[in-house]
Amino acid sequence: MKLIVGFLLYLIAFTSSYSYAASGKMQLDTIDIDLSDKASLQRGAKIFMNYCLSCHSAAYMRYNRMGKDLGLSDAQVEESLMFASDKVGDTMTVAMRPKDAKKWFGVVPPDLSVISRARGTDWLYTYLRGYYLDTQKILGTNNVVFKDVGMPHVLWQEQGYVRKDSNNQLHALAGDETTVSEYNIIVRDLVNFLAYIGEPSKIQRLAIGKWVLLYLALFFFVAYPLKKAFWEDVH
Amino acid sequence: MRLLDWIDARFPASKLWNEHLAEYYAPKNFNFWYFFGSLALVILILQIVTGIFLTMHYKPDTALAFASVEYIMRDVNWGWLIRYLHSTGASAFFVVVYLHMFRGLLYGSYKRPRELVWIFGMLIYVALMAEAFMGYLLPWGQMSFWGAQVIISLFGAIPYVGEGLALWIRGDFVVADATLNRFFAFHVIAVPLVLLGLVVAHIIALHEVGSNNPDGVEIKKLKNGQGIPVDGIAFHPYYSVKDLVGVIVFLFIFSIILFYMPEMGGWFLEKDNFIPADPLKTPEHIVPLWYFTPFYAILRAVPDKLFGVLAMGGAIVVLFLLPWLDRSPVKSIRYRGPLFKTALTLFTISFFALGYLGTQPATGLYTLMAQIFSVIYFSFFLFMPFYTAIDKDKPVPDRVT
Repeated sequence: MKLIVGFLLYLIAFTSSYSYAASGKMQLDTIDIDLSDKASLQRGAKIFMNYCLSCHSAAYMRYNRMGKDLGLSDAQVEESLMFASDKVGDTMTVAMRPKDAKKWFGVVPPDLSVISRARGTDWLYTYLRGYYLDTQKILGTNNVVFKDVGMPHVLWQEQGYVRKDSNNQLHALAGDETTVSEYNIIVRDLVNFLAYIGEPSKIQRLAIGKWVLLYLALFFFVAYPLKKAFWEDVH
Repeated sequence: MRLLDWIDARFPASKLWNEHLAEYYAPKNFNFWYFFGSLALVILILQIVTGIFLTMHYKPDTALAFASVEYIMRDVNWGWLIRYLHSTGASAFFVVVYLHMFRGLLYGSYKRPRELVWIFGMLIYVALMAEAFMGYLLPWGQMSFWGAQVIISLFGAIPYVGEGLALWIRGDFVVADATLNRFFAFHVIAVPLVLLGLVVAHIIALHEVGSNNPDGVEIKKLKNGQGIPVDGIAFHPYYSVKDLVGVIVFLFIFSIILFYMPEMGGWFLEKDNFIPADPLKTPEHIVPLWYFTPFYAILRAVPDKLFGVLAMGGAIVVLFLLPWLDRSPVKSIRYRGPLFKTALTLFTISFFALGYLGTQPATGLYTLMAQIFSVIYFSFFLFMPFYTAIDKDKPVPDRVT
């Protein structure tokens, strides 16, 4: 038994050392993901459709599935969230050709279906808030998390502009302070939505999990006395 | 029971049932460590059943594989559950098998007359590693691709034929569509068939000689008037009801991981495997899955590639020789002398340490530590004929305690 506990601790030690290694040198801001916050997911979906889905696809995610999970009817999805397709059963693809994308940005913008699982939500949250003005760059901005990133600061209208001081700290430009703090909420909603499309079945998974555990616990209280009863005559 | 009589006259249904369950007498003193054999069988069945359903939707094609896994996760009814059962089951299989093997070390279950039980078990372990390695290529993520690329390239270290052999295994100059297709065939048909055959052989061999126990005494030496070992109890119903409790406890822990942390923080499902395979972009760290890391650490501890590969292979081959390396007349750790107890402790520590080091970059201090622990790992086997022969073992009781 001691060894089992030891083994589990060993796995946990593994787990923590891995996430440490994955975060690298950059200290990431943490974000709480809440897939039950439908309002946040709906706001995130709106930002995603307006800003991200012109270059990035989410080719494994279907519009109607999203609508169902976010509490929206097919008609609502078609009217306010579907700009790139005409069938509600479609997946979220983009019209931009990879060849053109390569020419314009240097890379093909990655599909975002499972980006939250590849990068982690803390990384996305920090990255999207990590843009600052950089006159050296052709796009005018750079990023503290993803240096020399090919993506321009698409959300600048929501955030306003930010500069980096000599201590690598980011500061809002004068007059933009309020928008910068509101921007944190916008990014939080967007990352929440990215976490959702990364694993839409997570909603079901968490909902079912506790019932499975309850069933097994009840089963244990049947099976254990059964074992006791059978073993009464073993000495 | 006329139907059963009809069958028994044509097929040994009752005979098989009795020989392997109702009249198979197992020692009555099995402890915690004896759950893992039946648990391994449960997981084997789980993997086969979930695997069958996964193959109904998975596409072994480099252009479609990654998307087909996400299709299973999203569009197939209960596909996410089937996939997580399979991916969590793979890691659980190794947890259970490692504990099962460690039980063998603790109680000397590999010793005469159970040498073949051990050999069949080791063959199952090797087949399981092949099964896991090839299965991990199928999702066609970055870690799938680069893990396979690194491991297959190891064959290139063999003099003269190595490069040709690696090419033959891949079917292409890099891991590619041909590789994915053949790994799919091996993972889905060839290796599972071998595994099932070996599991049957493992159990037949075990039931021929009878189970060992935590005291390491042979219960068949003392039988009552009906020829039943006095310290034996029928596997069914005694151990079937006991193992049922074990299965429930196991499934409880398994379900916590499955439903609340199926990635296990990146150890059961690696982050980089959510990026489609890209032959032009090497990931920062290529780390094998956790159950291979002790052997990966041994591989990297040796500066020369060929000798590293030989050391890694040797680390598994020596396990096969265990029944003949151990010269002690005593089986169980309970009655072993201090030398074996010390050696087994050091071996266990070095196995865990190597497992950790296999996940870290192979630089400076890490490499030195991996070398030290590799030496301890091999010393456990190489010096075993000596320290087990001179060890101060305690007297073994006649009956189980």
